[in-house]
Amino acid sequence: MTGAEPSEKVEDIEIRLLLEALFLTYHYDFRNYAMASIKRRLRQAQRALGFATISAMQERVLHDASMLPRLLGYLTVQVSEMFRDPSYFRTLRESVIPHLRTYPSLKVWIAGCSGGEELYSMVILFREEGLEERTLFYATDINAEALATAEAGIYALDRVQLFTQNHRKSGGKSSLSDYYQAAYGRASFDKSLRRNVVFSDHSLVTDSVFAEMHLISCRNVLIYFDRDLQDRAIGLFDASMVRKGFLGLGSKESLRFSRYTDTFDEFAREEKIYQKKGRG
Amino acid sequence: MSRSEAVVIGASAGALEALSAILPGLPASFPLPIMVVVHIPPDRPSALADLFAAKCRMIVKEAEDKEPLLAGTIYFAPPDYHLLVEVDKTVALSSDEQVFFSRPSIDVLFETAADAYQERLIGIVLSGANSDGANGLRAVMGAGGVGLVQNPGTAFAAAMPEAAEKMNPGADAMTLAEIAEYLKKV
Repeated sequence: MTGAEPSEKVEDIEIRLLLEALFLTYHYDFRNYAMASIKRRLRQAQRALGFATISAMQERVLHDASMLPRLLGYLTVQVSEMFRDPSYFRTLRESVIPHLRTYPSLKVWIAGCSGGEELYSMVILFREEGLEERTLFYATDINAEALATAEAGIYALDRVQLFTQNHRKSGGKSSLSDYYQAAYGRASFDKSLRRNVVFSDHSLVTDSVFAEMHLISCRNVLIYFDRDLQDRAIGLFDASMVRKGFLGLGSKESLRFSRYTDTFDEFAREEKIYQKKGRG
Repeated sequence: MSRSEAVVIGASAGALEALSAILPGLPASFPLPIMVVVHIPPDRPSALADLFAAKCRMIVKEAEDKEPLLAGTIYFAPPDYHLLVEVDKTVALSSDEQVFFSRPSIDVLFETAADAYQERLIGIVLSGANSDGANGLRAVMGAGGVGLVQNPGTAFAAAMPEAAEKMNPGADAMTLAEIAEYLKKV
């Protein structure tokens, strides 16, 4: 190795500088995200937005705030589907709902709600189980455009076939078509589903405790975080939850290596549903 | 030639037969981790890890997020997740969008592994009926790593190794037996 050769690849340095710039300028903090995904997404953004280098992209986003949402679109892109992993929703329905039924009022948090697929799945499930009326749903994300999509509740009709299959497999008691109107290749979900929903800009990285939740569902968000950031987020969930509250994670996420392993019991191991212990 | 530190393998249609001709022959003491992406249906658990665990002397498991990649171990990508490698040689899973209609994607594994291992990586594209892996193998070889493809004429489905070979003329086309022999000597 020659003396002039950098110890870190130039592109990696550029990425770190860009993330620092995003944090210092706009307070979006991706510095503790899992880097392999971030790197892929930034390369996609660089190609699609036509920049020669990551540094050039940084220069632009620093001086031109209108570039920020476009870049965020790449950094936070999340594709989901309604009733993704039907067995997760089936377990909520069969095993968690009976516990929730014992509360006179409920708070449910969909953390990192992205385009809203998971939110609508949850509201429909609660309506089918007769709990929607007494429940307040919080849907949060750091990406304002994703929140707007979630609030609109409009999805391409060709995705709805999969949503419908998932819903059926999850033990759905109604027909998904009861909840949307199809027109011009789109399915527009009924606004009554949003009656008890609060949409809010919230970051698991930089923001603090939310409310006293009975159920928090945060799936396929933590895999994008490094271990420290995962611990921060889980600590936030712990502090935002009633005793005996439930936490649902993605099928490849777990609390096993977390600082909070002992704070929660495994409620449904396969489905990654945890229950906060009764006594701290 | 620098010593390799990891192997990445991609396979699709015909994967079972192709992998069965390579993996069971490797010794328990195989000195590298092997990461494998097979195109599998997203909506049910995969039997691949269990199936190969029964046949192989190496440790076989489904890759878990954040776990360190260890020598002597074969890691299969789980259904409906991309398998990525971090520069600190740990596993990262992601549910980013499909790449060429696939999640897991061979390209995603190969590209991130090339970033992590640079020239100390062997990339192998086996039987398959699409073109996933061609871009990935370019990343592996572009970083100075070794590129192998299953000889398309001997593959159950030729399209995938063919596409990889076409994009990467420097890749060696080998039969499954030759690939198995090559790995035994790394």
